[in-house]
Amino acid sequence: MGVGDSDPAPTLRDQKNFGLRTMAKSTPATSQGDYYFKWLTAAAALITPLIMAGIFLELVGHSLPSIKEFGFGFLISQNWNPVTEQFGAASSIFGTVMSTLIAMVIAVPLSIAIALFLVELAQPGVSKVVGAMIELLAAIPSIIYGMWGMFVFGPFMARHVQPLLQDTLGFLPLFQGPPMGLGMLTAGIILAFMILPFICAITRDVFLLVPNVVKESAHGMGATTWEVTYKVTIPYGLVGIIGALFLGLGRALGETMAVTFVIGNAHNISASLFAPGNSIASTLANEFTEATDLLYVSSLIELGLVLFIMTYLIQVLAQFMLRRMYKSWSVGL
Amino acid sequence: MMKPRPPTGRRLMDKIVSGWAVISALLGIGALIWILSGVIARGVGALNFSFFTQLPTPPGLAGGGMANAILGTLAMTVAATLISVPIGLLSGIYLAEFGQESRVADNSRFSANVLMGMPSIIVGVFAYTLVVLPLGHFSGYAGALALAILMIPVVTRTTEDMLRLVPNTLRESALALGAPRWKVTLKVVFRAARAGLLTGILLAVARVSGETAPLLFTALNSPYWFKSLSGPTPNLTVAIFNYAMSPYDDWQQMAWGASLVITMGVLAFTLLARFVLRQRT
Repeated sequence: MGVGDSDPAPTLRDQKNFGLRTMAKSTPATSQGDYYFKWLTAAAALITPLIMAGIFLELVGHSLPSIKEFGFGFLISQNWNPVTEQFGAASSIFGTVMSTLIAMVIAVPLSIAIALFLVELAQPGVSKVVGAMIELLAAIPSIIYGMWGMFVFGPFMARHVQPLLQDTLGFLPLFQGPPMGLGMLTAGIILAFMILPFICAITRDVFLLVPNVVKESAHGMGATTWEVTYKVTIPYGLVGIIGALFLGLGRALGETMAVTFVIGNAHNISASLFAPGNSIASTLANEFTEATDLLYVSSLIELGLVLFIMTYLIQVLAQFMLRRMYKSWSVGL
Repeated sequence: MMKPRPPTGRRLMDKIVSGWAVISALLGIGALIWILSGVIARGVGALNFSFFTQLPTPPGLAGGGMANAILGTLAMTVAATLISVPIGLLSGIYLAEFGQESRVADNSRFSANVLMGMPSIIVGVFAYTLVVLPLGHFSGYAGALALAILMIPVVTRTTEDMLRLVPNTLRESALALGAPRWKVTLKVVFRAARAGLLTGILLAVARVSGETAPLLFTALNSPYWFKSLSGPTPNLTVAIFNYAMSPYDDWQQMAWGASLVITMGVLAFTLLARFVLRQRT
C-alpha cells in the first residue's frame, strides 16, 4: 500500500478542513505524523473504489473471448452446450429475473406489514423480540437456506402447496406440470424470506423516522392506524421505502447457494413455475469448476459480468434513493 | 377525510390490515423457527467426538469427521479478518475524521455501500481471475482474499458510524492538550468507540464465516488435512454443498452436521455482536 505516491498533493482546501490540527500548535514532528496518518487512512479509503473498478475490469477483460465469439447474441440465445461450445445466457437471465420477481411479489407485502406491526401495533417488548427474530433471518447463511430448501421445504412444496395450487389455479400455465418440489417457485419463495429482513429493517427505520407530530395530527383527525400509514407515513417516507425495495431486489438477483440448491438447475425457459430452471448465480456455482476450455470459462465470466451490471445499476438506484431520504431528514446514513 | 363515511368500512379495513401485519410477523418468525429446528433436528445426530477430530471417510464407511474442514474454515476466516480489519478501520477513520463530506470520502462511502450489496459469487469470480488463474491452481489465499473483500465494506461503514457517534468535545479537549490528531484518534476516539468497532468486526466475521459462493472456485475443497493456504483448502461450507448434492445418505448426514456447526457459529457471532453493542449503551 503506497502511502503518498498514489494521491495528489494536499491542497489548500484540505488544509482548511484540517484546521483543528493547526489549532493544536503541534510540534513539527507530530504534525509530520499527522500528515502520514491522514494519507494512510485516505489510501485505505481508496481501496473500496479500486476493488469495484478492479472487479469490473477483470470481468470485462476475461469476458472478451466470449464477447468476440458470440457478440450481442449471447444475451438472447438460449443455446447452452459446453460440448459444441455454444453459449447463450437467455435461460440464466430469465431465471434470475423470474425468481427475483416471485421473491419481490411475496416479500414486499410481507416486509412492509411486518414493519407496520413492529412500529405501530406491537407493544415495545413484543416489538423488540419479534424485530430481533426477523433480523436473525438475515444472519442465517445462504447455504443453510439451501439445505433446508432442498431437504425440508422442497418436499413440503411437492406434497402440500403445489397440489393445492394445481387444484385451485391449475388452469393457468404458471401452475402446470408435475409438482416436483424443486423449481422456480420454490426458489422464489425461499429468496423472499432471505430478502425480507433487509427490506423490513429499512422500512421500519422509515416508519420510525416519520415525526410523531405528523402521525398524531392525522390520528387526531380521526384516521385509523392503517389510514395514517397509507396516507401519511408511506407517502412521507416513499423514497426510503423504494430504496429499501431496490436493496432487496439487488440481494435477490445475486443470491447464489440457496437458489442453486432448489431451482433445479436446468438451462430451461418454461412458463410453468413448477419447472426446473437456473439463474446466473446458480450456473456459475454449478459449472465454474468443471469448465476447462477458455471459451467456456469466458462465457461463464461474461454471465458474471451481466449479473454485476444488473446488481450495480440496482444498487446505485437504491443508494441514490436512500441517500436522498436520509439527507432530507438530516441524519447520517 | 372530512366527508362522513360509514365507520364500519374504515374500521374493517384497519382490522384487516392489522390482521395481515400480525400474520406476516408470525410467518417471519415461523420461517426462522422452522429453519433452525430443521437444522438442529437433523444435524445433532451427526455430531460426535469423531466429527470434530477425524478426516472425512469415503461413502459407506462408518465414522469419520470434518476436522480438516473446520480448521480450514477457521484459517481462512482468520486470514480474511487480518487483511480486512486494518483496511476497514483505517478507511472508516478517513471517512469519519478526515474526509467527511469531501468528494473522495463520498466516492469511497458509495463504493463501500455498493460493494456490500454485490453478490458474493461475483467477488469469488474476481478472486479467481486475480489469484487462481495466474497461479494455475486453487488456493486458500484466493478464498481468504474473497472473504476479505466482503468484510472490508462492513468494517468500514460500521467504523465510520461508530466514530461519528463520539462527541466532538472529546476530540477538542484532547487536541487542546496538544496531542497530535493521530494520537487523538487512536487513543481517545477509538477508546470511546471501542464496543462499536468490535461489533462491526464481529458482524463482518459472522457474515463471511457462512459464505460458500466465494469459496467454490477459489479455495475449492479438499479431503486431506489442512496444511497451508497455498493449495486447495478444506472448508465447511463447500463441503456441505458437495456432500448435500451427493447421493449417499451418510454424506448427507455429514452435511447436516456441518450445517448445524456453521449455523450455531454464525448465530453466536451475531448475538455476541448485539450483546457487545448493548453493553456500551
